Amino acid sequence: MILAIGGSVNAIGYGLAAIGAGIGVGLVFSAYIQATARQPESSRITQPFVWIGFAVIEALALLAIAFGFVFTSSQ
Amino acid sequence: MGGRATVIDHLLASESSGGVHFPPSVNDFFPPPLTSGSPEWLTKFVVLPWLAVGILIAFFLVAYRRPTIVPGRLQWMAESLYGLNRDAIARQMIGPEGVKFAAYFTTLFSFILLTNLFGIIPLIQISPNSHIAFPTVMAVVSYVLFNYVGIRRYGLRYFKNALVPNAPWFILPILVPIEFFSTFIVRPVTLALRLFANMFAGHMILLVFTLAGFALLGAQTWYIKPVSVLSWAMAIAMTFLEAIVIILQAYVFVALTSSYISGALAEEH
Repeated sequence: MILAIGGSVNAIGYGLAAIGAGIGVGLVFSAYIQATARQPESSRITQPFVWIGFAVIEALALLAIAFGFVFTSSQ
Repeated sequence: MGGRATVIDHLLASESSGGVHFPPSVNDFFPPPLTSGSPEWLTKFVVLPWLAVGILIAFFLVAYRRPTIVPGRLQWMAESLYGLNRDAIARQMIGPEGVKFAAYFTTLFSFILLTNLFGIIPLIQISPNSHIAFPTVMAVVSYVLFNYVGIRRYGLRYFKNALVPNAPWFILPILVPIEFFSTFIVRPVTLALRLFANMFAGHMILLVFTLAGFALLGAQTWYIKPVSVLSWAMAIAMTFLEAIVIILQAYVFVALTSSYISGALAEEH
């Protein structure tokens, strides 16, 4: 019986990349929620940063999806 | 780079796995020509940007044909688009002189929003931004813009402002290459790559759930077949998520461009 991992290793790479992005996005929104809880009138000022921060962090996870197809594994 | 036939063609053809090509692959992003007789290069990706340009020109022209103080629906929509870009993006990030850029931001925002929206509109179902070329061109335009604006205002001092941060002299040898890499290489690349990857991944997700539904329908055992309804329900949920992502990515592209312009115009250091 041969134990082997088949398929593309890129999927494992993407899973690892998503860890960082998940934690990062969680930090952004947790900071926004806490800041708004402390001072509700600041929510309008900090909201653009929420979306920009989310998109910049998410970009890294999405790079992993896209590069999963670029880096073809050499068997 | 020939594409695959549509899902319906595969359902009707008698292939091994119930006729559905699953899982989807990168080949799905290279569709076949529009009709069987048209040249090889005339795919959806050629027609859709032109369609977007036509729709936007017609929309903004018609919306402002007879402007009134109390706007009608179309005029209100056009004014809201411009207002968002001028007030929330240009003025807030760049300051009073940001109004000069509001027109470019509005055009960029509307074009990205419309071409992204093509990804979830039935019968179109693909966004031109899921080919790396279109986001790249838009990112290059924004890149040239924020550098040109900085050079026009500060001359060659712009590079000193951009590359040399306010730091002690002994760590500058590390910081300056990092700043160079971050400002002149990473910024345009991530602008383009962020939009492209979001549209690529979104389309892929919708493909996976939709095609999985058809593939499950062709399962051998009868109790697996109803799971295809679950898969299609997920496809609908993912479409709503994709709608959020579409608006967000258009906003983020323009907001980041605005932030880079404000950084280029800044007086600091």
